[in-house]
Amino acid sequence: MADYNTMELMICCAARELEDGASVGVGTGAPCAAAMLAQKTHAPNLLVAFEAGGMAPLLPQMPISVGDSSTYFRGIMATSMTEIMETCARGTIDYTFLGGAQIDMYGNLNSTQLGQDHNRPKVRFPGSGGANDFACFCWKMMVITPQDARRFTEKCDFITTPGWLEGGDSRLKAGLPKGCGPYKIITNMAVMDFEETSKRMRIISINPGYSVKDVQDNCGFELLLADKIIETTHPTDDELRILRDEVDPLRIVIGR
Amino acid sequence: MEILKEGIGTLFGDPDPDHAREFFRKKSRKMEGKLMTVKEAVERFVHDGEYLASGGFGSNRISTVALHEILRQGRKNMGFAGHTTTHDFQILSAGKVFTRLDASYIVGLEARGLSNVARKYLEGGAVDITDWSNYGLAIRFKAAAMNVPFLPLRILMGTDTFKYSAARTITCPFTGDTYAAIPALYPDVAIIHVHEADIYGNARIKGITVADFDLSRASKRVIITAERIISNDEMRRDPAQTVIPFYLVDAVCEAPYGGYPSNVAYEYFSDEEHLQEWLKAEKDAETLKNFLDTNIYNCRNQFDYINLHGGIEKMMTLRKKELQYATREKAEGGKNNG
Repeated sequence: MADYNTMELMICCAARELEDGASVGVGTGAPCAAAMLAQKTHAPNLLVAFEAGGMAPLLPQMPISVGDSSTYFRGIMATSMTEIMETCARGTIDYTFLGGAQIDMYGNLNSTQLGQDHNRPKVRFPGSGGANDFACFCWKMMVITPQDARRFTEKCDFITTPGWLEGGDSRLKAGLPKGCGPYKIITNMAVMDFEETSKRMRIISINPGYSVKDVQDNCGFELLLADKIIETTHPTDDELRILRDEVDPLRIVIGR
Repeated sequence: MEILKEGIGTLFGDPDPDHAREFFRKKSRKMEGKLMTVKEAVERFVHDGEYLASGGFGSNRISTVALHEILRQGRKNMGFAGHTTTHDFQILSAGKVFTRLDASYIVGLEARGLSNVARKYLEGGAVDITDWSNYGLAIRFKAAAMNVPFLPLRILMGTDTFKYSAARTITCPFTGDTYAAIPALYPDVAIIHVHEADIYGNARIKGITVADFDLSRASKRVIITAERIISNDEMRRDPAQTVIPFYLVDAVCEAPYGGYPSNVAYEYFSDEEHLQEWLKAEKDAETLKNFLDTNIYNCRNQFDYINLHGGIEKMMTLRKKELQYATREKAEGGKNNG
C-alpha cells in the first residue's frame, strides 16, 4: 500500500462517487481533480461542465479559473453561463462539488461573510458565485473540506448556499426543486452523508488513522452515526499514479 | 400578484420594461463609424453615479484597458454588477469607483486567493451590497434583454443570499409552487472586451460568452474594446459569428492585448505572475499606492502598462502558453495529459 496524503485520499473518495455516464458541475481545485481522476480511471464518459460556459472539455491541465480557456479545450461546446445553469435546472447534471468557510449539520454553506452586519462584514468572502445555483439544481451536492470545529459550525453566520436548510422537508417547502440536495461530505477524517428523515449529517466512513471521537471533536455540532461505520478504502496504486502523473503533475492541489 | 417574501437588499436600477423601451426607442440604430480611443469612450459614456457592468469572467476576457482608464479618469459613486468579477473587481475597488454593488462573486480571484484591497473596501462599510448568485445576476441581464420585469427561478430561496438580495417570492399561477422573482437589470454602461469588431460595433467573441450576450442587450450603452478591428465585409461574410450587433454599441476601441493580464481565449493566457504581484502589492497602503501609480495612474494607456511587464515579448510568451495545447496535441499524436 502506497503512502498518500489526506488531500489525495479525499480526491480519490470523491472520484469514486462519480460513475461512468454521469455528469458533474465542478470548479477549480480538488473537485476538478476528482472529476479528471474519475475520467482517467472508471468513468471515461463522465460529462464535466464549468459554470462559465465550458462543456465537456478534454482538460489538458488543471484550470486556474472556472472560465479559463482550458475549461473548453477540445470541448463539446463553449457556451454561456445561462446555458450551463439551464442544463442544471432541467435536471441533466447529477453531481456538483461546493465549499465554504462554514458548513452546518444540514449541509448549508457559508461563502459570503463572517459577522452579522451585511454592509460592514467582519470578513467578506466572494459570495455565492454559482454555488447557490448548482446546489439548487444539481441532484447530489458534495463537499470536499478539511474537518475542524470552526468550519463545521452549529450555525452559519450567513447561509449562502442551501443544504437541507432546517432539515426535514424544509428545503422542498422553501420552493427548491424536488429530489436534490446535499449527498456526501468528504473530509480529511471521514465521509458523511445525511440521515433520510431529519437530513442531519451522519458519519458513514472513517478515514484510516482517525476515530469517531476525532471526527466529533473536530465538529461544532453533534454528528449522527450510521448503523455500520466502515473504514474508508485506501487509494489504490493506480489511482495515486494517475492522480500524481496525469491529473496534477504540478502538484497544485495535492501538494508536494 | 401577491408577494410572499421579500429580500431586504436594495434594488439597484429600474426593472420597468416601458421605461427601458423609451430609452431604446431613442437610441440610434444608424450604422455609422464609432471608432474612438478608450479615453474618449470612457469620457463620453461612463459617468459618475451611473451603473457599470464588466464583461468576461473576472480573469478571463475582461477589458483591462477600459477599467484602467476609468480609474485614471477618477469615476466615483458608481453602481456595479459583480457578476464573477475578480481582477476587474480588484481594479475598481482599488480606485474606489463604486458605492452600490450587486454581488454574486466578488473579492476573490478564484484559486489565486482573496484581494485585500477589495475586502478592506467592503469591510469599511462604504458600499451598499445586494447579494445574488451568478445565475441570478445573469438572469437579471437576461430579463432585461427580454424586456420583462422579472423571471421566475427556483434558486436562492431559503438562504441568506435571498434575504440580502432584492428578489421576491411569488406563487406560480400554473403549478401553485413558490418561485423567486428575479428583477431585470439594465446597466447604464457595459464594457466588453472581444476578439474582433468592425468600426460600427459588430463584434465577435470566441470561446465562452459567459453573460455577455445578454449583458450587451440589457445595457443602455456598450463600449466594445477589441483585440482586432476587421472589415465590415468580413463580418458580413460570416454573420453567424456576430455575438453583439452594431445597434447595441456606442463605442468601438481597437485594443490589442486590451484584456491583459486576463486570459483571452486563443489569443493569450493570463499573466499569473503579474496577478500575484497585484495580490502582494495590496498588503499595505503605501506599497499599493506606488503600485497603482506605476501600473495605472502614471500610464498613458495599455501600451505603457504592457511595456512595464515585458512588452510584446511577454505577450508572445503568454500567446505561446495559450496556444501550446494545440501544438502539444500535434507533437504527442493526440495525447493531452498535461
